[in-house]
Amino acid sequence: MIDLGVFLTLLALGYGFGRYAELKHYKSIIQREKELNILPAIAARTPPMISKACDCNLVTGNVVISVDYFKRFISVLRNIVGGRITSYETLIDRARREAILRMKQQAHEMGAKQVFNIKFETASIYKGKRQQVGSVEVLAYGTAIIPSQGG
Amino acid sequence: MMITNIEIVPGKRITKHMGLVQGSSVRAKHVGRDIMAGLKNIFGGELKGYTELLQDSREEAVKRMVAQAEAVGANAVLNVRFSTSSIAAGAAELFAYGTAVTLEDM
Repeated sequence: MIDLGVFLTLLALGYGFGRYAELKHYKSIIQREKELNILPAIAARTPPMISKACDCNLVTGNVVISVDYFKRFISVLRNIVGGRITSYETLIDRARREAILRMKQQAHEMGAKQVFNIKFETASIYKGKRQQVGSVEVLAYGTAIIPSQGG
Repeated sequence: MMITNIEIVPGKRITKHMGLVQGSSVRAKHVGRDIMAGLKNIFGGELKGYTELLQDSREEAVKRMVAQAEAVGANAVLNVRFSTSSIAAGAAELFAYGTAVTLEDM
C-alpha cells in the first residue's frame, strides 16, 4: 500500500514538474530562436567561395536533458504495445534545439555571420536501474565564419 | 591555431598536410552530481552539472589535439569531428580528431 502511494506521488510529481519544465523550456527556446534568426546555421560542407578573407572558428553547444518519472512510466507502457513514444520525441527535440541555440549564441558572441557544416552527436549518458535511457546528451558543432577585421 | 570542421578555408591555401591529430579525455562524474541527477530523473529538466562536465572534458580533448598539432608544426586543424563513448559505468570518453595542416594566405 505504501509502495503504491510512493509510486503515485512520484508519478504526480513527475507529471506536474515535468510538464511545467517542458512548457517553460519550449517558450524560452521559441523566443531565443527568434532572436538568433539573424545567424543562419547551414549544413553545407563548404562555404561559398568568397574572395574576402575571413576567420573560421569551431563553435560547440551541448546540453544534457533528463526525462521525468511520468514520461518514463508512459514509455514503459508503450514498450508493451509499440508505436511512437511522443514523450521521448519531445525530449530529444528540446535537447537538439537547445544545443543549436547554445552553439549559435557562442558564434554570435564571436561576431560571426554564418555557421557552416553543422554536425550532431547524440549519446545516452545515464542508465537507470532497469537499463532505461535516463537522459540524453546532444552536442551540436559547426564552423563560425567571422568576417576579418581588416576587410 | 585555427580549428574548424570545414575542409576548405575561404581565402587560404593548404601548403602541407601533417596527417591525423587526436585528443581524448576520460571523465567520471562525482557522487554529489549522481544524487542530483537521480532527483532530476523524477522531475525532468536539464542536468547542468553533467552539461558542464562534458563541456569541460571536450575542451580538454580539443586542447590535447591542438597540442599534438603544434608539436608537428601545423598552424590549423581542419575537418574536426567529435565522438562520445561510454567505456564503463559512470565514465565517458570524449574524443576529438582532425587533420593537421599548414595554411597560407592566397
